[in-house]
Amino acid sequence: MTGALSRTAAIVGAAETDRIGRLPDMSRMALHAEAARNALEDAGLSIRDVDGVFSCVAGPNELSEYLGIVPRYIDGTGVGGCSYIIFLRHAVAAIAAGYCDVALIVHGESGRSWIDMEAPGTPASPAGQFEAPFGTAGAATTYSLPVLRYFHEYGATKRQMSHVPASTREWALLNPRAIMHDGGHITPQDVEASPIICYPFNRLDCCLVADGGGALVVTSAERARDMRRKPIHVLGTGEGAAHRQVAMMRDFTTSDATIVSGRAAFAEAGLSPSDIDHLMLYDAFSFTPMLFLEDLGFVPKGEAGPFLADTRKAADGNLIYPTGPGGVLPMNTNGGGLSYCHTGRYGMFALLEAVAQLRGDAGARQVANLTTSLVHGPGRQFAAAGTAILSND
Amino acid sequence: MSMESAKPAYRGALPKPTPETQPFWDAAKAHTLVLPWCRDCGRPHFYPRSLCPHCLSRSLEWRQASGKGTLYSYVINHKPAKGFDTVPYAIGVVALAEGPRMLSNIVTAGEPTPDNLRIDMNLDVFFDDVTDTISLPKFRPVAS
Repeated sequence: MTGALSRTAAIVGAAETDRIGRLPDMSRMALHAEAARNALEDAGLSIRDVDGVFSCVAGPNELSEYLGIVPRYIDGTGVGGCSYIIFLRHAVAAIAAGYCDVALIVHGESGRSWIDMEAPGTPASPAGQFEAPFGTAGAATTYSLPVLRYFHEYGATKRQMSHVPASTREWALLNPRAIMHDGGHITPQDVEASPIICYPFNRLDCCLVADGGGALVVTSAERARDMRRKPIHVLGTGEGAAHRQVAMMRDFTTSDATIVSGRAAFAEAGLSPSDIDHLMLYDAFSFTPMLFLEDLGFVPKGEAGPFLADTRKAADGNLIYPTGPGGVLPMNTNGGGLSYCHTGRYGMFALLEAVAQLRGDAGARQVANLTTSLVHGPGRQFAAAGTAILSND
Repeated sequence: MSMESAKPAYRGALPKPTPETQPFWDAAKAHTLVLPWCRDCGRPHFYPRSLCPHCLSRSLEWRQASGKGTLYSYVINHKPAKGFDTVPYAIGVVALAEGPRMLSNIVTAGEPTPDNLRIDMNLDVFFDDVTDTISLPKFRPVAS
């Protein structure tokens, strides 16, 4: 059984900005525009073909003005890093409804150089009154808050969690575009020896901070048949929203938004976790994929730690991680937010890597015999979530 | 000439009360922790809203809370927010005895460490008069 919208739309264009990293020569809007241009070129379409605009670091009207178009469908859902995964879901629905034919989903963020970026929240907002006065200082101080409760409940350890950045770095070493491509191997012990940021997070538990962008072009499955690139089918999607401030998270050991989102995506796709060949689980921090592996059903509740730490030694002495190259469950194969790139709202990069893998364009990091990929991300500290299950078949 | 030494201006983030939160901050100024309670479903909530998040009733009343809670989870931050001069400092989520959770600072006798901060430990509220108009409710471990 699949949902009514399963396989009704496909990704036909996908690209990043020419460069990612530190880009002091590009504004927030310039990053959006370059990503959009590159994705349309990849699709073999013109900006005049676009009639749906999905964007949140730039509002959809702001971006439409910048690109000189008048779309007939817009979406500015901005709930953090997963917004782009949610946009893909909304684009599928809008295309099925006939509200647009060619959806352009665009991310751009001057996360490092901070050129034309807005300051977060006001002192009168709920978070401004009940979080900021107590010295929260960016995502590292709020994403970290659930971790010790989770450790306490399930007996998981920091050493187990340290396997996430180590495993993800192995993929970055295979990806020439990864910011940490030349960063060398890191062990779980190296993660713990890196400077402390906000206990229980050390520097290597935290994502990179970079400038960059990316974009997707989505159209109906019917129209996708005749396009330049082999279509990547959208089998199922989900979304959810649970809270805004981390203290309001109902249970610090599980993401309600992830559960709602994941269930919808699997149900629509008619698949279960054992059908998924490749995973992109948004790693803003080392801890986030642990919760997602469990809440999406890839491992039983409380068992992400032992699963991630079940390594073996390769002939050259390096560790083979279960989620790394050669592992049983390839995850975050671009190098992730931890070692590839993280602009602030990373979800677009997770989608783009799934597309690259499903197209067979992933070079040295290509996962063999790949048919399905699942992309999942949070919005802020487990506040919202989006899921997409994609296939090249 | 006044003998009082001028207190250096507080540089940390300050809350800007809104109509639904003003009574909470007024009470904090008087060193009292209050919570909004629903007269219809009988449950308290936090942070203060204009209606009850459990049943959407607008019939709310402020009641004094015990000021007691337990440590649901915490972090020890080494990269301070603006105005936080003593590093590291602990940010915790407190499970109040009345039920709701509140993010705050956990202030220990010495530097906060995983040894003196224990999940589920008992905490008591106190008030930090950071400016003439704002007092922040913070928590310290109950002396054992």
